[in-house]
Amino acid sequence: MNVTIVDYNSGNISSVINSFKEVAKDKVNIEVTSDINKIKSSDKVVLPGQGSFKSCVDALTSINGLVDTLNDFAINNKKPLLGICVGLQMFADVGFEETETKGLGWISGKVSKIDNQNGKYKLPHIGWNQINIVKDSKIFKGIENNSHMYFVHSYEFVPEDKNLISATTEYSSNIVCSVEKENIFGTQFHPEKSDKTGLKIIDNFISI
Amino acid sequence: MLKNRIIPCLDVKNGRVVKGINFVDLQDAGDPVEQAKIYSDGGADEICFLDITASNENRDTIYDVVEKTSKKCFVPLTVGGGVRSVDDINKLLNCGADKVSINTAAVQNSEVVVESSKKFGSQCIVVAIDAKKNDDKWEIFTHGGRNNTGIDAIEFASKMESSGAGELLVTSMDRDGTQVGYDTELMYKISSKVNIPVIASGGVGNLDHLVDGIKLGNASAVLAASIFHYGKYSVKEAKEYLDSKGIPVRI
Repeated sequence: MNVTIVDYNSGNISSVINSFKEVAKDKVNIEVTSDINKIKSSDKVVLPGQGSFKSCVDALTSINGLVDTLNDFAINNKKPLLGICVGLQMFADVGFEETETKGLGWISGKVSKIDNQNGKYKLPHIGWNQINIVKDSKIFKGIENNSHMYFVHSYEFVPEDKNLISATTEYSSNIVCSVEKENIFGTQFHPEKSDKTGLKIIDNFISI
Repeated sequence: MLKNRIIPCLDVKNGRVVKGINFVDLQDAGDPVEQAKIYSDGGADEICFLDITASNENRDTIYDVVEKTSKKCFVPLTVGGGVRSVDDINKLLNCGADKVSINTAAVQNSEVVVESSKKFGSQCIVVAIDAKKNDDKWEIFTHGGRNNTGIDAIEFASKMESSGAGELLVTSMDRDGTQVGYDTELMYKISSKVNIPVIASGGVGNLDHLVDGIKLGNASAVLAASIFHYGKYSVKEAKEYLDSKGIPVRI
């Protein structure tokens, strides 16, 4: 099996690569590439993302044919895809970080700044927070409710269809931190930095 | 609920740990990779490496250390010490650091912070502020605490926030190495001035000091070196103690 981590200059992806290689060992081949032919032929795709919504969308669209390839992979062929952090946020129709920017439009909804209640809460939301699993998800198999995950973000994706939310976390408000729509999975937190529980989520995704 | 973080810090010189933990089962007490792994297995919320390599020819040793550590530890890794440019930051991130802390370079030229936070995202840019009390204000020191710049630390903290820093690592030079506790007044002043998280550093001698850093200093995270290095307390003991004092921690 081939799992491809999309390398589209979205910032630092070394930790994502390291964690997937750790989990995959010799069982699964982990590719790190933006080559659209390799993405097409892979079994699963991981879409990481760091920095701003706009910078990630810009980086994605600047690679010729990449967005079409991902659309084919996730929407037409319905193959498993995991978005992490801004990778998840880009599923949305639109994001408002820096300036209004169109997303991939895979899951209807918006990405807006977390309401910090007039400075009562620090932003970015950095550190370990517990997730409240609200729906059975393949990637949460064997993960206990209220497990700790590592977060670092100032924006959140709110899907229109609340049934697509698979987990939330409590901060200045109840923040969406995981979504699932058929073959599309996303986590706002960083499984690659969430120690053993995070690696378990990666293992679950690889095992789908 | 968001938990307060405990961050053990390891001083690394020429690729080796200075003042390491003396555990009998350690194969190589000077190996930063092995020490970091002990901390992350023990429940450290993040790991911090401070590179104190003095000579330029040995500066590349830290890259090798970061690369090896990031393949074994799956909690966030912050690396600081001697970071001069956007290029240095890029190299450390490519080796597997999750955050880079910038000290002297941020004071000399805040553009480094502006540029790097735009390029890599604020989430990986930590500005390290070394401050010392002078009458009724705190002044910024650079070059590992040797040079007094006369810059007001609290104003500088604000400036770094607007330049794009994602977090501030605040060290009291008066307290560093003394084991008498954090300068909680300094921590509180900075933490109430900025809207980004503050990591308290400098002066921890016992577990009550960690409690004070959070309760009195309003810090989001507490960093300590020697209490963990010398095996006085484990990270687990520290967390259990904070928990017993009503501080939310990841256990």
